[in-house]
Amino acid sequence: MNNKRREFLKIAGLSALAGLGAPAAVNMLVRGPGMAHASSGHGASSEHGGGHGEEKPAGVQHGIVIDVRKFAEDKELARKCIDACHSIHNVPDYGNKKDEIKWIWTEGYEHAFTEHSHYKRNAALHEMPIITMCNHCANPPCVRACPTKATFKSKENGAILMDFHRCIGCRFCMAACPYGARSFNWRSPREKDANGNFKYIKQVNSEFPTRMRGVVEKCNLCAERLAVGLLPACVEACGDTKAMVFGDLNDPNSEISTVLNENFTIQRKPALGTQPSLFYII
Amino acid sequence: MYDGGKIIPGLIVFVGLITFPIWYNAGNAGDVPKPEKPADAKECVEATEFMRTSHMVVLNQWRDDIVRDGGTRSGKTASGDEYSRSLQKGCMKCHVSKQKFCDRCHEYAAVKPYCWDCHLPPQEAM
Repeated sequence: MNNKRREFLKIAGLSALAGLGAPAAVNMLVRGPGMAHASSGHGASSEHGGGHGEEKPAGVQHGIVIDVRKFAEDKELARKCIDACHSIHNVPDYGNKKDEIKWIWTEGYEHAFTEHSHYKRNAALHEMPIITMCNHCANPPCVRACPTKATFKSKENGAILMDFHRCIGCRFCMAACPYGARSFNWRSPREKDANGNFKYIKQVNSEFPTRMRGVVEKCNLCAERLAVGLLPACVEACGDTKAMVFGDLNDPNSEISTVLNENFTIQRKPALGTQPSLFYII
Repeated sequence: MYDGGKIIPGLIVFVGLITFPIWYNAGNAGDVPKPEKPADAKECVEATEFMRTSHMVVLNQWRDDIVRDGGTRSGKTASGDEYSRSLQKGCMKCHVSKQKFCDRCHEYAAVKPYCWDCHLPPQEAM
């Protein structure tokens, strides 16, 4: 009995050694000595531009150029954009910061562009309302954080979308988003008053759902409007002022590419590497 | 067993009483619900039998197809009528009453789908 076990262990040990060694030996034979590790090396492939620079973007990536000067000229414009978006998407207004749900909102310059120096900046700049929303990043940290794939990058147009059915309310995406673009439903947006009307959704759009308590929500770049050939609500609210220009960033002939080409624009927190799709003309 | 003569008949009576609703209603389906069908629509997106058993599957497929895969938002019925692949904008355009259509069967089957936690039912049910 002991003898058999001893024999078995010998064979098992030898087999394991052979199993570990065989692939390396075979590689040496097939590719010749010195090439065995080439596959895992750092050799730059010429197809990817020598391994330097950013990967060339592919597919459609929708983005928006926001002309802050136009919003400074017309103080009502930002409010119009926000109202248009929030009424279309049944975004509740609780009237307090703690429960606030926002898809699009205004921010002060020093809060929107934290990476930029604010020393000796002109006072007018600090009074400008910087309208902002989800940046629909090309490299979205929220999508990586989501454990259920409730939030994902659209294959069609690069927008960061949410499937509210899947959201479990863990709020990892909120921690991951460097722009504060996501809001959590701490309470039910469908609380009703004595007459049975929604308390916090003033104008109900019966074409769009509400959310429920316990899910995260954010701007969806008007996926439901783009699908029927309309512009995003905020862009439409700006009308002919061209305060917001929407289009495909990857199409060199699109209007947005022309605007980007002709103007100096900045992005929010570009150093984080999220590659935001919102651009600002200051 | 002490007092076996009382305990065992007592248990039999107890089990009989507690299962009374089951054997009393055996073979009786109760009041079968009659969901109100739309008056002016001839056909649904699929055959009635299929819709009766699998409407929830259809809804999930629409959602995944449109939200995830950029699928089309409209479909055609067997006779070629166009419809919107949407609960709020499609189904409820013909089935105008949640209470008289959805709720009747769901209550009978004691299921509580969470559709209406977010989706807005037609005005009457709000």
